[in-house]
Amino acid sequence: MTDIELVKGNESIAMGAIEAGCRFYFGYPITPQNDIPEYMSRHLPKCGGVFIQAESEIASINMLMGAGATGARAMTSSSSPGISLKQEGISYMCGSQIPGVIVNMSRSGPGLGGISPSQGDYFQATRGGGHGDYRTIVLAPSSVQENYDLTMHAFDLADKYRNPVIILGDALLGNIKEPLRRHKYIPKTFEKNWILTGAQGRSPRRLKSLYLSEGELTEHNWMLHRNYQEMTKEILYETQWMDDAKLVVVAFGSVARIIKTSVSMAREQGMAVGLFRPITLYPFPYKQLLDISETIHHFMAVELNTGQMVEDVKLSVGHRKNRVDFYGRPPGSIPSPDELFEEIQKVYCLP
Amino acid sequence: MEAVFKRPESLTDIPTHFCPGCHHGIIHRLVAECIDEFGIREKIIGVASVGCSVFLYDYFLIDVLEAPHGRAPAVATGVKRANPNAFVFTYQGDGDLAAIGTSEIIHAANRGEKLTVIFVNNTVFGMTGGQMAPTTLPDQETTTTPYGRDVETAGFPIRMAEIMERLDGTKFVARTAVNTPKNIIKSKKILRRAFEVQLNNEGFAFVEFLSSCPTNWKMNAQKANQRIQDVMIPYFPLNIFKGALN
Repeated sequence: MTDIELVKGNESIAMGAIEAGCRFYFGYPITPQNDIPEYMSRHLPKCGGVFIQAESEIASINMLMGAGATGARAMTSSSSPGISLKQEGISYMCGSQIPGVIVNMSRSGPGLGGISPSQGDYFQATRGGGHGDYRTIVLAPSSVQENYDLTMHAFDLADKYRNPVIILGDALLGNIKEPLRRHKYIPKTFEKNWILTGAQGRSPRRLKSLYLSEGELTEHNWMLHRNYQEMTKEILYETQWMDDAKLVVVAFGSVARIIKTSVSMAREQGMAVGLFRPITLYPFPYKQLLDISETIHHFMAVELNTGQMVEDVKLSVGHRKNRVDFYGRPPGSIPSPDELFEEIQKVYCLP
Repeated sequence: MEAVFKRPESLTDIPTHFCPGCHHGIIHRLVAECIDEFGIREKIIGVASVGCSVFLYDYFLIDVLEAPHGRAPAVATGVKRANPNAFVFTYQGDGDLAAIGTSEIIHAANRGEKLTVIFVNNTVFGMTGGQMAPTTLPDQETTTTPYGRDVETAGFPIRMAEIMERLDGTKFVARTAVNTPKNIIKSKKILRRAFEVQLNNEGFAFVEFLSSCPTNWKMNAQKANQRIQDVMIPYFPLNIFKGALN
């Protein structure tokens, strides 16, 4: 499995899932992620797995919850409008501590919006998305290879924290074709002393999110909160050209890969610009950005929306000593490296 | 002294929260008796729904997963597909199954999932205080049909068992009641068959229980039982719509 293949982004996610031991997939068609269910429907039966095309996104997420409750590695995928429908189930999974992997190859909104790439689901993904005070781990790949690698990682994180993990890509990352080097998944063992298998030789187990007794729900929420705090160990990010940088561009996912070219153009022009790319959007690398702000005081968040992640950048570095600029645009067109270079130029010399 | 009547082993020894005269207790007991008689307590994964039936996990000594409102058949699909050897059942009220959960129940049935669905129809949303359900009878007064259900504006009572019968994916479909000793004995036979259908890997089994809700019907237990006989059964006929008792 060391050969390099030319693979479409959506398919690389499906490949990573199967390699990581995912044998149950539940989904519903929606553009621009249909290659995922199609790939799963072809390949899961061949490896003893189960593919179900569900009647709705709601049914898909609930099937995921059912399979996850029994300890199986399972996945659903969709795109923005479908992910909205899944929020009820995601909330229940978090409340009941049931793992699962949910892929959002996001598209433009609001409403039916369009099928072009968008980062408009950042808030929904990183702030819980459904009702209640919960979080999901959010991984943001920016290449086909990372789609594959992070999907495998997502299954480990879901099992480790007994929590849903969201892979937040977009129409661009789902539909580009790039070289992919597949590699063997290294199995990890997670103690699953909570799964439902039938109460054979043990006390019955209950997976639930309803807690009505005095103080019970408070304690349950604190326990979940402590679990979210533990997740900060999993923060992933990438930096480039940071050593002498005077301006740090912060971008994730598809925008990060475009702006990498823009930043290298800036470097060629002698501008001291660095790139910071969060890979985990939740937990967000607050402390890592704060540390950087000890020496660098100028940041620029760039997103394919009108300003969402920029709030986390501001939360990280604060306003007092540091300047945080923003460039974003609503979905509908993808910025070119030249356009983003011009935006970097505009803010580079600002005080 | 020989015990001639005792609590089924699959039931926990705690008082239920059900109102006096409610039929959930009887239906719980019938389910527990079937579990005991088939000796399957240790291979069951039950799926609880939202409503008065949610506390299933407090009353049965079995593994239980709590589903969102109406989604139990989808949750159970995931459970069963991942664990084909487990016995998986859902236990859902009419607010849950016949309103918000119509999509999930129809498609799980239509896929022929190897599940046993226990559907408790008492013609109201019980837990939330007696609002209209899709099964509420014409002219029935509820807290959201204070002038009686007007079928011109609020629609007609849904007969779920008849809908299930029409789906090619179902193997056994019945409607029964537990308002009289005779009906309880008959219900037990029907429920046993609904268990067998899954245990024999035959397919999807659906049993609708007509159930009382004296509190929300604002009548005593005897009158509630009589209402089932006089008002509910004529609209929701008791029948084995598909399959047969062995």
